[in-house]
Amino acid sequence: MSKRIVIDPVTRIEGHAKISIFLDDAGNVLDAEFHVVEFRGFEKFCEGRPFSEMPGITPRICGICPVSHLLASAKAGDAIMAVKIPPAADKLRRLMNLGQFIQSHALSFFHLSAPDLLLGWDTPPPQRNVFGLIASNTELARAGIRLRQFGQEIIEMLGGKKIHPAWAVPGGVRSALTNEGRAGIRAWLPEVYATSKIALDLFNKILESHKREIQIFGNFPSLFMGLVDAEGTWEHHGGKLRFVDSSGSVIADQLDPQKYYEFIGEAVQKSSYLKSPYYSPLGFPDGMYRVGPLARLNVSEQMGTPKAEAELKKFKKLGRGAVSSSFLYHYARLIEILASIERVEAALEDPELFSEDLRADAGINSSRGVGVSEAPRGTLFHDYTVDRGGLLTKVNLIVATGQNNLAMNQTVTQIARYYIRNHDVPEPLLNRIEHGIRCYDPCLSCSTHAVGQMPLQVRLIAPDGAVLKIINRGLGQS
Amino acid sequence: MAAKTLTIDGKQISADECATILEAAADAGITIPTLCHLEGVYDVGACRLCLVEVTGISKLLPACTTKVAEGMEIRTDTERLIRYRRMTLELLLAERNHVCAVCVANGHCELQTLAFNQGVDHVRYEYCFPKWEVDNSHALFGMDHNRCLLCTRCVRVCWHIEGAGTKNVSGRGAKARIISDLNQPWGTSDTCTKCGKCVMACPTGALFYKGSTNSEMERDRDKLEFIVTAREKKQWIA
Repeated sequence: MSKRIVIDPVTRIEGHAKISIFLDDAGNVLDAEFHVVEFRGFEKFCEGRPFSEMPGITPRICGICPVSHLLASAKAGDAIMAVKIPPAADKLRRLMNLGQFIQSHALSFFHLSAPDLLLGWDTPPPQRNVFGLIASNTELARAGIRLRQFGQEIIEMLGGKKIHPAWAVPGGVRSALTNEGRAGIRAWLPEVYATSKIALDLFNKILESHKREIQIFGNFPSLFMGLVDAEGTWEHHGGKLRFVDSSGSVIADQLDPQKYYEFIGEAVQKSSYLKSPYYSPLGFPDGMYRVGPLARLNVSEQMGTPKAEAELKKFKKLGRGAVSSSFLYHYARLIEILASIERVEAALEDPELFSEDLRADAGINSSRGVGVSEAPRGTLFHDYTVDRGGLLTKVNLIVATGQNNLAMNQTVTQIARYYIRNHDVPEPLLNRIEHGIRCYDPCLSCSTHAVGQMPLQVRLIAPDGAVLKIINRGLGQS
Repeated sequence: MAAKTLTIDGKQISADECATILEAAADAGITIPTLCHLEGVYDVGACRLCLVEVTGISKLLPACTTKVAEGMEIRTDTERLIRYRRMTLELLLAERNHVCAVCVANGHCELQTLAFNQGVDHVRYEYCFPKWEVDNSHALFGMDHNRCLLCTRCVRVCWHIEGAGTKNVSGRGAKARIISDLNQPWGTSDTCTKCGKCVMACPTGALFYKGSTNSEMERDRDKLEFIVTAREKKQWIA
């Protein structure tokens, strides 16, 4: 008899979601879907607010990557004022974004995914979490937690607090780096370089021990999108957009991110509150693209810093053309941590970070402004339209997790097809399916901009739509 | 002028016969919470936060508009007053849309500070969530009715310090709101001199300098008092 399996909630991700697996009469997988069951409506309730308040409001979308929304929002404000912000402000924003990359990537790898990778898929759920990791690999867990702290402290030193700093504003930033701040960040560098090396060495071993996962965890052709500079170097705040296909060929380059609507379409699916953006010249769903660490490394020709460059070369050898396995998001994330640390170190030498010229001033010179920045999970777009007084009449936010939606569906389908045979669904198997989602480090609160309940459910669904089996996991389990 | 003798919270004090209870208490170092009161303009007793108990009078009296009298026995800190003050603040918070975390006045807001000091950690009443708009038509300033308490400080400074008479109140009860001139967009006002006194006077984030972002609205109310004092004492007349 055919059935549907539902994993609800998906755990160790940021937000609330479930997975449905559709089985045929023989009990094999027909299809699988990742549903985001939250609804938040930020785009709607921001209408009528002054655009200048948006860098204060939009970071509240997310507690993990508030800086990404802060920066994209401030940038959209720059565009509405049609100003070029002071160079120091741009450099300071970049420094904060690097801190954000480090803390968010460290959280994804050490807190959320390392329990699966290091403790094993079959570890019982009560131990398969960061506390289990602390018990078995104390030093590694401590180093990972401290690496995240380093990123958080960069954010705090600039913005005054770790979460939701209202520091970047339309036209620039509010305050510069202080000498104490610089000394504080510098003091961390030896330790975080060491942690980054430990993590990369560890991942090199995982590459050997997880060959099957690399093959089946989201290994399929797709486009990849990310920001690069004029030379094709890795970018995180600035630059232009580039798309590459699965062969690694650049199919579109130096696209103006402010005109994203000319090449990105957004499809709406009935089963999820997530919108599914696609590269419009190829249509839906052929225009499916991935964003985030894997995509950024696929679109970049070089990293721009020596240590990360050496890792990029190794990374590129893992694919024929583009690196297409989503399992390698983890590797890309670790390389980006290293690149971010190197860039932070270089930035600290720049005397301009102490400048007092931090904020450009102007009225409303453009009725529409788009702010684009790379968030840890992928390219983030804030698109605002304002009236003559600067009140928002339309808000469109395109977030990384939305852009990875189609790829996540395909990933869970691929994993489920590999493991589920004849209705047989043991628990560790569900964890592998969930991990397919964790590879993307999705942030669902961001992607739905959410009112929902935390718990993951897997539902087995018959061809006639009847739910045959629901496997529930409550809060507190992993 | 003659002095009156009275007690506030058991403390015997003397005050000028023209003084209000609020002024007398301040002179004696006793703080009574206020919100619509603003140094430099007359009081209207609108917010009801400064209510005090006076022995022999059953109803509560606003300290800002009640004159002292000989032999008055005043209490400012009874359990009933503390309960009412908290209730008043909760009602103010529930009436419109106050979202501190994303407000331009966060950290510099008198309503927020008072609520904090009075221990308002939650609101027991249902929020009204009214739909109020933001008037951003003015070249320099914005007005967000969502954050307005109707304290009328802006109206009083506009009429009685600046003398422009732009700001006014229209409607009644929960539908009352601050208007400019003949209820038109502020930016089209003929009378507004763009002096900014109303913005300086506002206790919350309702009036703000255009382009202000989260927590950025800090006000210099001393300037209002400085102007009034200079006028009254004719400091600018050579």
